[in-house]
Amino acid sequence: MILDGLTFQLGYNASLVTLGAILLGIAAAATGTFLFLRKRALVSDAISHATLPGVGLAFIVMVALGLDGRSLPGLLLGSALSAVLGLACVAYLTRATRLGEDAAIGAVLSVFFGVGVVLLTVIQTMQTGRQAGLEGFLLGSTAGMLFADAVMIAVGGAVVLGLVLVLQRAMTLVAFDPGYAESIGLPVARIDWAIMGLVLAVTVVGLKVVGLILIVALLIIPAVAARFWTDRAVHVVLIAGAIGGASGWIGAALSASAPDLPTGPIIVLVAFGAFVLSLLVAPGRGVLAAVLRHVSFQRRVHVRQGLLALATGQPIYEPLTLRLLGRAGYARADGVATEAGQGAAAKALRDEARWDVVRRHEAFAGTAALYDGLREIESVLTADQIAEVDRLIGAPEAV
Amino acid sequence: MSPLELVRDHGEAVADAWQDSPLAIRGLTVSYGQSPAIFSVDATFEAGKMTAIVGPNGAGKSTLLKASLGIVKPLAGQVTSFGQPLAQARVAYVPQRASVDWDFPVRVIDVVLMGLYSEVGLLGRLRGLRARAVECLERVGMDGFAERQIGQLSGGQQQRVFLARALAQGADLYLLDEPFAGVDAATERAIIAVLQELRDAGKTVVAVHHDLATVPEYFDNVLMINVRKMAEGPVAQVFTDKALDETYGGRLATAGA
Repeated sequence: MILDGLTFQLGYNASLVTLGAILLGIAAAATGTFLFLRKRALVSDAISHATLPGVGLAFIVMVALGLDGRSLPGLLLGSALSAVLGLACVAYLTRATRLGEDAAIGAVLSVFFGVGVVLLTVIQTMQTGRQAGLEGFLLGSTAGMLFADAVMIAVGGAVVLGLVLVLQRAMTLVAFDPGYAESIGLPVARIDWAIMGLVLAVTVVGLKVVGLILIVALLIIPAVAARFWTDRAVHVVLIAGAIGGASGWIGAALSASAPDLPTGPIIVLVAFGAFVLSLLVAPGRGVLAAVLRHVSFQRRVHVRQGLLALATGQPIYEPLTLRLLGRAGYARADGVATEAGQGAAAKALRDEARWDVVRRHEAFAGTAALYDGLREIESVLTADQIAEVDRLIGAPEAV
Repeated sequence: MSPLELVRDHGEAVADAWQDSPLAIRGLTVSYGQSPAIFSVDATFEAGKMTAIVGPNGAGKSTLLKASLGIVKPLAGQVTSFGQPLAQARVAYVPQRASVDWDFPVRVIDVVLMGLYSEVGLLGRLRGLRARAVECLERVGMDGFAERQIGQLSGGQQQRVFLARALAQGADLYLLDEPFAGVDAATERAIIAVLQELRDAGKTVVAVHHDLATVPEYFDNVLMINVRKMAEGPVAQVFTDKALDETYGGRLATAGA
């Protein structure tokens, strides 16, 4: 069943939803990356919660005008307008008062959400309101998705992605060093608004699929997960996009493969799975890699210190050092060096002397920066350079 | 009557040299709240010279640089370059090292390439310009670090990368905010050598500086401020015990500087 979902074979509606979820996942992740890099991830929470009163008001206005209250374009327009208002409130509170952005976000988020819930309750009591199904905007509801809705998500997602591509260099620079960005003439304030505008667009487009409470997850989780894999902003965007798209794809397929599995939450859970996986196994910044690196580094330190002790005839007290030397065949259990151990110890001592020269002489300044107490000198110097170092070891101390 | 003529420095007529200066400031006032960070400061930075901006903490040194660059909006005053509004493409700014997050996902080479953004635009290709960025890293002794993530650098190395980015801009005017803060003596010498090279090539260098002892050795001119301008001119004439005492509100007497 899941395979059928992944290959778009679960019927028309499920295929539309899956396609929409993939595009939304990619667009949300790419946009959210810049929010994350700008360290303003929580602003997306304020934006998404501020959409709710707009949804309710748009419904009431459309019904009052004699239109279909459930028209998606109308509801999304309403949600966008109230999200802009919420964002403006956060910006105003931060600029005009001494409140921090976090406090402003908390205030705006809860007030707007409260107003929205009141409006939804009012709508429930309206004659036409009972079937409105506006609660679907809270957690997403894909059951009745129309072709037109899917097209809107696709177009919206594509436009957002295009803008991200055009603006990515500017947004990265502003996120890294806004002062410098301003100094070379970039309109930092306007670029910040562009980031917010893109997030707002993604949020509105995603209301139908994942809902306003969970859209934050789709904006932020892929970026956070991607950060574990790379040290380059461009790659963070690409990897986040891939994780977001894959989450949308797998999540939508999963939820279509069984009855009563909600699409939005499942997509978010899949994204969370990608995050946990990244946290654990990513090379470089992942937890496992860090532990392994630490253990292996510690062992190399012990072996090195043990060899130096052997070379200078000092006793070794640390059991771990003795065990490691024994395992490498450098020493017997009683701490006496083997033949191999004597050779390795002599080499370690000579390398230490060579490093000493390298670190004292300016000619090797570039190499000296690489010193970490363990590095093989052959890995950083050529044979000629080592010969030069050996000559200096014999020479009298240079001033 | 031009607005510049309205501005007077402590009632004295302002020198006329501002039209020949790569960076001239007139009546600049900046405030973050109710009290001004800098108040009606006039300064004329001499072309082809190295000028230190000194003053106590909270004197508005960084603010002066930021306002000159338009990073913070002044309440009043104006900034000109050779009599014209300052063209940002011709100014290279080196912010305080602590002002950015060094865990940000960029490599050393990416930071230096940022110095070329104003030249190639935000969509232009950077591919062919890598060699130039590497050359700038060489000038600060940081070639070989191009592929490192910036978080792996020491404080002095980070400062050199920032300087390399400024060099990449190929600007005529360099504004540095505490370039020697938290760097070791070797890095300080390397940076000052690069700055002196720039000066000798006719560029103008302005740096916020904290170590009063090295001012005469490193710099040609000095601007002393404490919210207001306290003194301005060649180090030999202006950088006196009396001026220092006034700038630091007499607090240096016990510090023995």
